[in-house]
Amino acid sequence: MTDWRNACAIPLAGLADLSVWDFQDCVSVGLMKGAQLLALFGVPARVGGRQDAVAGGHQDAGASEDPDCVRLFAVLGHPGNGTLEPFSTVVKDSFLSLAPIHPQVQLFERELAEKWRVKPQGHPWFKPVRFERPSRDGADLWEAHPAACGTADFFRVGGEEVHEVAVGPVHAGIIEPGHFRFQCHGETVYHLEILLGYQHRGIERALTGGPGPRTLHFMETAAGDTTIGHATAHCQLAEAVFGLAVPPRGRVLRGVALELERMANHIGDLGALAGDVGFLPTQAFCGRIRGDVLNLTARLCGNRFGRGLVRPGGVAFDAEPARVREVVRLLEQALADATGAIDLLWESGSVLARFEGTGPVSAETATRIGLVGPAARACGLSQDVRRDYPCGIWADAPIEVPTLSTGDVFARARIRWEEIRVSAEWILANLADLPDGAVRAPDAPPTAAPWPADTLAVSLTEGWRGRICHAAVTGPDGRFAAYKIVDPSFFNWFGLAQALRDQEISDFPLCNKSFNLSYCGFDL
Amino acid sequence: MSGILKTRLQQGHRTFTWPDGPLPPLPDRFRGRPSLGDAACPENCGKCLGACPTGALHLEDGKAALDTGRCLFCGACATACPALRITFTAEHRLASATREGLVVRPGDEDLPPRKVALARKLFSRSLKLREVSAGGCNACEADTNVLGTLAWDLGRFGISFVASPRHADGILVTGPVPENMRLALLKTWEAVPAPKVCIVVGACAISGGPFAGHGEVHDGAAGLIPVDLFIPGCPPHPLTILDGLLALIGRID
Ligand code: SF4
Ligand code: SF4
Repeated sequence: MTDWRNACAIPLAGLADLSVWDFQDCVSVGLMKGAQLLALFGVPARVGGRQDAVAGGHQDAGASEDPDCVRLFAVLGHPGNGTLEPFSTVVKDSFLSLAPIHPQVQLFERELAEKWRVKPQGHPWFKPVRFERPSRDGADLWEAHPAACGTADFFRVGGEEVHEVAVGPVHAGIIEPGHFRFQCHGETVYHLEILLGYQHRGIERALTGGPGPRTLHFMETAAGDTTIGHATAHCQLAEAVFGLAVPPRGRVLRGVALELERMANHIGDLGALAGDVGFLPTQAFCGRIRGDVLNLTARLCGNRFGRGLVRPGGVAFDAEPARVREVVRLLEQALADATGAIDLLWESGSVLARFEGTGPVSAETATRIGLVGPAARACGLSQDVRRDYPCGIWADAPIEVPTLSTGDVFARARIRWEEIRVSAEWILANLADLPDGAVRAPDAPPTAAPWPADTLAVSLTEGWRGRICHAAVTGPDGRFAAYKIVDPSFFNWFGLAQALRDQEISDFPLCNKSFNLSYCGFDL
Repeated sequence: MSGILKTRLQQGHRTFTWPDGPLPPLPDRFRGRPSLGDAACPENCGKCLGACPTGALHLEDGKAALDTGRCLFCGACATACPALRITFTAEHRLASATREGLVVRPGDEDLPPRKVALARKLFSRSLKLREVSAGGCNACEADTNVLGTLAWDLGRFGISFVASPRHADGILVTGPVPENMRLALLKTWEAVPAPKVCIVVGACAISGGPFAGHGEVHDGAAGLIPVDLFIPGCPPHPLTILDGLLALIGRID
């Protein structure tokens, strides 16, 4: 058995199909033992599948040759030893849902139903994910599918005094669209249901048959505020399948870009949180300081969001010594400004009174729903791709992973500040010691060139919202039979819904901002 | 309280003085308005066309022309061009009142037309906009939002973003307009009382951007709503957006 690790290329020939039963059992037992479900997705059954034998022996005879069937891949991650574990099986119309015992599976199963028309039997809350067109012909699993976005049953609380509040898709500020449905009794929210899909641009469907000239642009815009995170996850895949080694200097510059992205977004979020509780000084200062950090990324590559920077084999732009000195000087300045602006939050009783105890998520809930990123670390779950599944620079230059325990708005705010500090220190230390040499592997193939055939490639990055997983399956022609993008928001929107339980509806904006999730990263 | 005052002093006054004072600094690697040298392209070259992810380039009389409304400003064409005809300048002024004005041709150094008579007449001192993100990746949204921060202070020009379309003089659209968002966009537009303007920001909202041609999107807002101002980029720099808005209301030319 090979130990697969972050950024691996797994030959499909070595991956035997399990019976559906064994597949579910492996996933279920893994999750019980503390594994993380990194991805669960489907491809047409003609792709992959080992010809010789079927492990387990219970599989439907001939299912893997049936063009109407769907091959499922699940990838578990074991944060204890940093290994990844892939499983595959073939299903026809349905399988038994794992969601009742493992809530973190629920959205993946609904996604499979929506994309592939395979029904998770016994799913506790079976409805569309993003109202996308199915990739397979077959019977509608929902009446009138594809239904207009937003038309679905909502969970309802009964009773005379219960009322329902509906918000969105268009919101009051300059933010992306989504629909929120609250079940309230007076001010108290019993239940919040979040319905998305309005941002669906068909990225995964368009990636099928790739890579192509737009592939990298899809990565950079899957969630545009996470350009570096998603581009890095994708490039790690390309490097794994082609065996490209990113030169040391390129590795550091990528890490710097990833941490600048984290800093800019966290600083912006803290400013926005301050704004939501009416604390204007921090809001005003952080709005500007966030821009200063974005401008550092623009100094590296010309674009504030890092478009065009991360490329397979390294980065597209070198930073000459004068540029590095300038980035260091400006970063030190931004950190000093941020420290002053953000410390005000922790010194203000009125801010703390609104942050503390609002929107709590317990460690147990967080674990069960598979919460990721700072939202998970705020509940005491010590998890971080950079430490648990180190790849690239993170294997050479580890980073500290702070955690907090209260899981409330305060913890989600405070953890961001801890991470801002840690990231800034990491950048400064690594730029002080920037290796010489090239920034990009000379042998990187053109972006639209086919990849090695019949391969499952998996890669992870710790984006600023949390774990990003990209998985690609290539067919015999080296083209993507499926490309799966799992943005951290895929897990964390459900965390926001949990945080609102028994809270006042007026706390919603604050709770929402404390997660600040991506709509387009979810809708793809 | 003393902490707040002390911090306020440390942070200083940071609002750009532009357009009265100097331009805010742009990074040296900034990719602004493309410039296409007037020299002839090598015969049957078309290398830039092949490099472009969005089909933003086409040949006119054997010379490349570039549609900034489709362009992601990735620079791939400049790298691919063997004759080094394509460069991206530091010119941030990209907005155009017409779709055709977004096309840059060889030797073309003039700015696109930016006068919108209605807006200059009615909204020169107060323009309230309702922003609709329709499939935007949150970068165009973020760089529009940033205009409200103290560095840009959009409010000093009488421009602000409002929560209700009923309070708005127009909408500003970002994103390629997914089918899933079409109805919400149209309802928002209909809810804005006339006379009104529509501004589209970013390659997505102009042409579909990286998602152009996807069955899931409508290739921007122009096919659904009459557009008064196009602001290209992926995303446009905040300065490019502000320049467009100020040109629209006639605060600058
Ligand atoms: S810079 Fe614009 S025109 Fe040139 S290749 Fe990129 S998208 Fe195409
Ligand atoms: S134009 Fe570019 S930056 Fe703007 S929303 Fe589209 S993909 Fe994002």
